[in-house]
Amino acid sequence: MTVQPLNSYRSGPDERGHFGMFGGRFVAETLMPVILEVEKAYAAAKDDPAFQAEMDGYLAHYVGRPSPLYYAERLTERLREGAGGKGAKIYLKREELNHTGSHKVNNVLGQILLARRMGKKRIIAETGAGQHGVATATLCARFGLECVIYMGAVDVERQKPNVFRMQMLGATVVPVQSGSRTLKDAMNEALRDWVTNVATTYYCIGTVAGPHPYPGMVRDFQAVIGKETREQILAAEGRLPDSLVACIGGGSNAMGLFYPFLDDKDVEIYGVEAAGHGLASGQHAASLTGGRPGVLHGNRTYLLMDDDGQIAEAHSISAGLDYPGIGPEHAFLHETGRVTYISATDKEALEAFMLLSKLEGIIPALEPAHALAKVVELAPQKPQDHIMVVNLSGRGDKDVPQVADILGGQF
Amino acid sequence: MSRIDRRFAACRAEGRAALVTFVTAGDPDADTSLAILKALPRAGADLIEIGMPFTDPMADGPAIQLSSQRALKGGQTLKKTLDMVRALRAGEADTPVILMGYYNPIYIYGVERFLKDAREAGVDGLIVVDLPPEEDDELCVPALKAGLSFIRLATPTTDDARLPAVLANTSGFVYYVSITGITGSATPDFGAVAQSVARIKAHTNLPVVVGFGVKTGEHAAAIARGADGVVVGSALVEAVRASLDGEGRATAGTLAAVEALVGELAAGVRSAAKATAA
Repeated sequence: MTVQPLNSYRSGPDERGHFGMFGGRFVAETLMPVILEVEKAYAAAKDDPAFQAEMDGYLAHYVGRPSPLYYAERLTERLREGAGGKGAKIYLKREELNHTGSHKVNNVLGQILLARRMGKKRIIAETGAGQHGVATATLCARFGLECVIYMGAVDVERQKPNVFRMQMLGATVVPVQSGSRTLKDAMNEALRDWVTNVATTYYCIGTVAGPHPYPGMVRDFQAVIGKETREQILAAEGRLPDSLVACIGGGSNAMGLFYPFLDDKDVEIYGVEAAGHGLASGQHAASLTGGRPGVLHGNRTYLLMDDDGQIAEAHSISAGLDYPGIGPEHAFLHETGRVTYISATDKEALEAFMLLSKLEGIIPALEPAHALAKVVELAPQKPQDHIMVVNLSGRGDKDVPQVADILGGQF
Repeated sequence: MSRIDRRFAACRAEGRAALVTFVTAGDPDADTSLAILKALPRAGADLIEIGMPFTDPMADGPAIQLSSQRALKGGQTLKKTLDMVRALRAGEADTPVILMGYYNPIYIYGVERFLKDAREAGVDGLIVVDLPPEEDDELCVPALKAGLSFIRLATPTTDDARLPAVLANTSGFVYYVSITGITGSATPDFGAVAQSVARIKAHTNLPVVVGFGVKTGEHAAAIARGADGVVVGSALVEAVRASLDGEGRATAGTLAAVEALVGELAAGVRSAAKATAA
């Protein structure tokens, strides 16, 4: 076993899947054997150079990696206006240019290759915005695997383009009618499917949450984002960035960007949760800011809930952030203070969505629009030699009908 | 000897399996729910499982999901569930009461406080679906210390290699999940279930009780031939649902519907005893 330095933020999870007090394996007995099987298979794959080589090949030639690190010149200039000589230099990590249009594909590729090694022929997944569903449907098509996607009925309505994409790729999309009919209920339903079809089925979880080994495994697959960013910024600027900003629902794009920088003490790290109609309204999805530790979906983490421990319904304009929990490693990084967690409202995200579209010719997804909304606040407070990297985790094509509807065609 | 041990011993003395009935606390409302609980023993239930409703019951099928939603809509909380056990216990000294549910409401209530209050209310055992042996430190070990049984689920995926880990801290009885699936879904293959029960019995002296997918007296009889007990839940909460009026309120027929089904199931369990004796 590798001994990690005690002062490292990168040593989790431990062998029981804990990041500090968070994480764990809170699942029904029916699933425990398969979860142990996934853990074993992943441990073997991680140490197998052939697995890494296979990953690298598909990442380069199928996903289109590395994704560019782009200097957003006009956004930088705009945010320097009226900033009194201040204003950070803003780079965008262009995950929206990946095949399928978001960072989700990085993780799905890893898990699908793992499922193939495990001999599983049927893949299930939950999806909120549909980005993880599309990525899963895509790789199932590529490898000839059966694919069933669970999606809350509310999300099926607001993310129609992605539903059609998944169906065109050959996946079965099951609208989930139970509970709040959003991402958390899709996850419940996927778990119910897995319990029922455990012998044949692999559950491809879309974020850094769920029972061990998922949070750490998904982070590892997404860490390619941060590794590339490190190399790219060193090449472009000759030094590490001063700050990182990413949006957080479950938190996989954020963990992917943050993880390789966690032990670089001088790099400020900001995670942006969805504040919905505002934290005071009670209608939001900011688990760290508005929640407390609890147990759901296989792990202990911060959750939105009432005093009886009943899970609350989250709210966000972004279906991908509309989840009452957060990955356990974020809960750990929050409690240790290594990452600063802030939040952006629906309205702020919409404004940032339009701002980036008009200034840079990049229509972002509503999820990273939350990160951009906080960049709009943070960048003018930083000196001009401050380098800020924002994870542009997905593109906004899927959100075009919803945003057009909200803005009534007035762009 | 605990109440659970005594009850299984009594059923064994009668040469039959025990009938374990599950209903959700607070479904469809607090008063009706308590009336149902009180009626269960006289209708033929040997052990009572009380569901602690949760918003996200990941291992449950639609019937128990809906019953949890009805209870939560009616304002049920874990505290009210414990109060309900206390009220039941006042007139029911012998029938074991087992609380079943998910961990988060207990975790939020506070483990130590919950165990103390549950024990004082007259709870005998706990079944917590999302706490496998890997998480025994959370609630299982403290529950055993507090004098409560911690009843574990064994499933078709629990192989011989894993079974000892599952049985290690189990007490009261072992709950064998008859199918890989959620509650109230597929009807089990009774032959395969009998083999699995025999397999588990080779590893433990605890009673082995079978649940998931048992809906009728006939099913109960089939299971009762090989197992020490039969659990029925979804069919009972479905009987509650079917008896409600258009607004989801209890009717004069609600209690009777549950009693009738429990009576049928109890007869099934008893007929199996005769079949074995014959």
